[in-house]
Amino acid sequence: MTEHVRAVQPEPDMVQLLTPEGERVERADYPLDITDEQIGQLYRDLVLVRRIDSEAVALQRQGELGLWASLLGQEAAQVGAGRALRSHDMCFPTYREHGVAWCRQVDPLTLLGLFRGTSVGGFDPYTHNFNMYTVIIGAQTLHAAGYAMGVVRDGAVGTGDPDRDTAVLAFFGDGASSQGDVNESFVWAAAENLPIVYVCQNNQWAISAPVATQSRVPLYQRSAGFGFPGLRIDGNDVLASLAVTRRALDDARSGQGPTLIEAFTYRMGPHTSSDDPTRYRLGSDVETWKLRDPIARVRAYLSRSAGFDAEFFAAIDEESEQLAVHVRAGCRALPDPSPESLFDHVFVELPEDLRRQRAEFADFVASVAS
Amino acid sequence: MPDYKQFKLPDIGEGLTEADIVKWTVQPGDTVTVNQNLIEIETAKAVVELPSPWAGVVHELLVSEGETVDVGRPIITIDVDPGGSAPAGSVSPGAGVEAPNAHMPNGDVPKADANGRQAVLVGYGPRAEGGARRRRRSPAAEPAAQDRVPDDRVPDDRVPEPTVNSAFQVPPRGADLDEPASQHRVLAKPPVRKLAKNLGVDLTTVAPSGPEGAITREDVQAAAEDSSSTGSVRRGSSSPPRVKSVRAGGRETRVPVRGVRKHTAAAMVSSAFTAPHVTEFMSVDVTATMQLRDRVAARPEFRGVRVSPLVFVARALILAARRTPEINATWDDAAGEIVLKHYVNLGIAAATDRGLIVPNVKDADQLSLLDLAHAINDLAQTARAGRTAPADLTGGTITITNVGVFGVDTGTPILNPGETGILAFGAVRRMPWVVTDGDTERIEPRSVTQLAVSFDHRVVDGQQGSHFLADVGGLLADPGLALL
Repeated sequence: MTEHVRAVQPEPDMVQLLTPEGERVERADYPLDITDEQIGQLYRDLVLVRRIDSEAVALQRQGELGLWASLLGQEAAQVGAGRALRSHDMCFPTYREHGVAWCRQVDPLTLLGLFRGTSVGGFDPYTHNFNMYTVIIGAQTLHAAGYAMGVVRDGAVGTGDPDRDTAVLAFFGDGASSQGDVNESFVWAAAENLPIVYVCQNNQWAISAPVATQSRVPLYQRSAGFGFPGLRIDGNDVLASLAVTRRALDDARSGQGPTLIEAFTYRMGPHTSSDDPTRYRLGSDVETWKLRDPIARVRAYLSRSAGFDAEFFAAIDEESEQLAVHVRAGCRALPDPSPESLFDHVFVELPEDLRRQRAEFADFVASVAS
Repeated sequence: MPDYKQFKLPDIGEGLTEADIVKWTVQPGDTVTVNQNLIEIETAKAVVELPSPWAGVVHELLVSEGETVDVGRPIITIDVDPGGSAPAGSVSPGAGVEAPNAHMPNGDVPKADANGRQAVLVGYGPRAEGGARRRRRSPAAEPAAQDRVPDDRVPDDRVPEPTVNSAFQVPPRGADLDEPASQHRVLAKPPVRKLAKNLGVDLTTVAPSGPEGAITREDVQAAAEDSSSTGSVRRGSSSPPRVKSVRAGGRETRVPVRGVRKHTAAAMVSSAFTAPHVTEFMSVDVTATMQLRDRVAARPEFRGVRVSPLVFVARALILAARRTPEINATWDDAAGEIVLKHYVNLGIAAATDRGLIVPNVKDADQLSLLDLAHAINDLAQTARAGRTAPADLTGGTITITNVGVFGVDTGTPILNPGETGILAFGAVRRMPWVVTDGDTERIEPRSVTQLAVSFDHRVVDGQQGSHFLADVGGLLADPGLALL
């Protein structure tokens, strides 16, 4: 075994607008115009998203879901980015963006269908301008590039009309940053000056591979080689995520091209419910990151500096329990699909040969069932 | 009045079939809330805690710590309505968790219901087929091994068309259900099952010719023709072909499976499907060993004994096994232990007129090269004469198969059951070989052979297996290393 060779890098600058202790930090380059009530709404998002996630984890352990990819620790990166979107912007998630889905008003039960196996992942992406979960690592960045090309060809960039100008938000992780797909997407985004914002949630673990084994430089520096700006934010700071994504989306809509945002965060749980992180990483790292919890700092700010009382927090806790009941009961009641439904949603108009296959399949099912 | 629900061990890791119970965190009488941790389990993938699906009072723990439990087996009974009005003693299907027909006596494995369905949890639950391959099931457990069916968790009233599920069932098996022969699963693709149904062929009576014992379309058609012409159908997969004599002159010859062939077949199937085999290969320049052999054979004390290269391979194996004791071990499934042997009973695979047998040299590690050469020669001669004593065929700890005597280079040997390593020794050939001498390289004709070692990956990892093979190869490339 040879020691992995690494270039020595200084600790990179990281945009942080709310410290882990709950102190606001003003930055002239990323001003954030936000009221305390709006921060309270972000807190609600964070708590509810974490509750959806923890309920799904429990449902998986109870045998109700085949698999679940927990977002624990990444709530702030997702909620900040999700709330920076305008409704007509388009969003391309991985399979872990439950927090962004929440911000796009996707019912959590819609997501659970995929992990329960009652759905092959399908919902109409245009209903929420939120694409289906993409399990292939990094593939969604190419879908995003293609969509953004369409946006450019529709002339929906740089018109100055806020209802027309459109940005595309593409998510991926530190592991995907090594994928060809992501790098090809970067090439296209730069070459065609596409209105894409890439949010790389660097949760530091590609399943069991630490990010240091994949890159000698901080991931946000990758974009420089492709010719567009990149920066790192504190991924556990919902305000930084909101402010920086908002500005990058504005740049994209106004025709200034792509941006890479590296949200520096930590995957607090396993890669998925099938993974056991204690086999490859130290518990002390997890303890360190617990002190940087994305929710605790917002709560500290709200109670110490914004005068929010216990009643506010209790009401959100109560709402989160109601949401958990909805998720739990709704998950168990998700209907099984019919065998023929596998022919649905492949074509808008089913071709004749598939129509025939579907009929034969239906006959077959009926004949052996009798 | 109580309302009992049973929580079954779920598949928490995408296709696991079982888990070890590590620790209960609740006891009977405890009040539990939804998602309160009940138990810690360890699967092949992770140690995890299972949260309670319901609030209630723990009524009974159905499995104990240390036990290995199949996925789908109830592990705990929780009274979800203590002080409620439900009739006493009833066990209701847990919402979304229990399969229909779920209540089982303690300790039972899940039984198939009347339609042959087995309680399967989320999606890809335990496949009887896959499970049987990973873990040998006792014949008594066979009736539980049934076809994989779609998700059964949903109570019947929520399944839109309950009969649809039976689309994937084994067709009714008729009156011979109780015959041992028909307890084996019928493997056939759905269209073949459909064809059989249309032709009125009972699949349990059809001899399969497809891969892994699957019944093909042709088998069904042949069976239909047989039955229409003779009124009888061919026997099923599990019965050996009942042929009274070998027919001459036909396009096929049927040979009864008996004796050594039968034993070999059973041993190889048992080994191949019990021990996960890994095979590694190595090309070795054995010129130095061949030269050593010539010098040794010329010595007076070796007069009258055949000094074959095999003897040196055996010595190298014994020395290498000292450094990698895991290769000379037994996986004791019943005890859950690995038994490291501090002696080497060296098996030598021998082709005889009656078939393959593997007699072994007892305590081969205690023998000098001369004694080892005598022992191997005696073993081979006795085997070929068909006079090998039963004691010589048992107690082996590791085996060499000398496939080189047939002029072939190498193979992927299958372990002698109960052993962890087997070394295949290929033909020694004169081959062009790159010889390095200081900074210069040249190609020389050298004596080169192929070594292959298969090992049981339950006991030996790639690292140890590779060390072992590299050690054997290193000793044959440079026998002087044995002095170190």
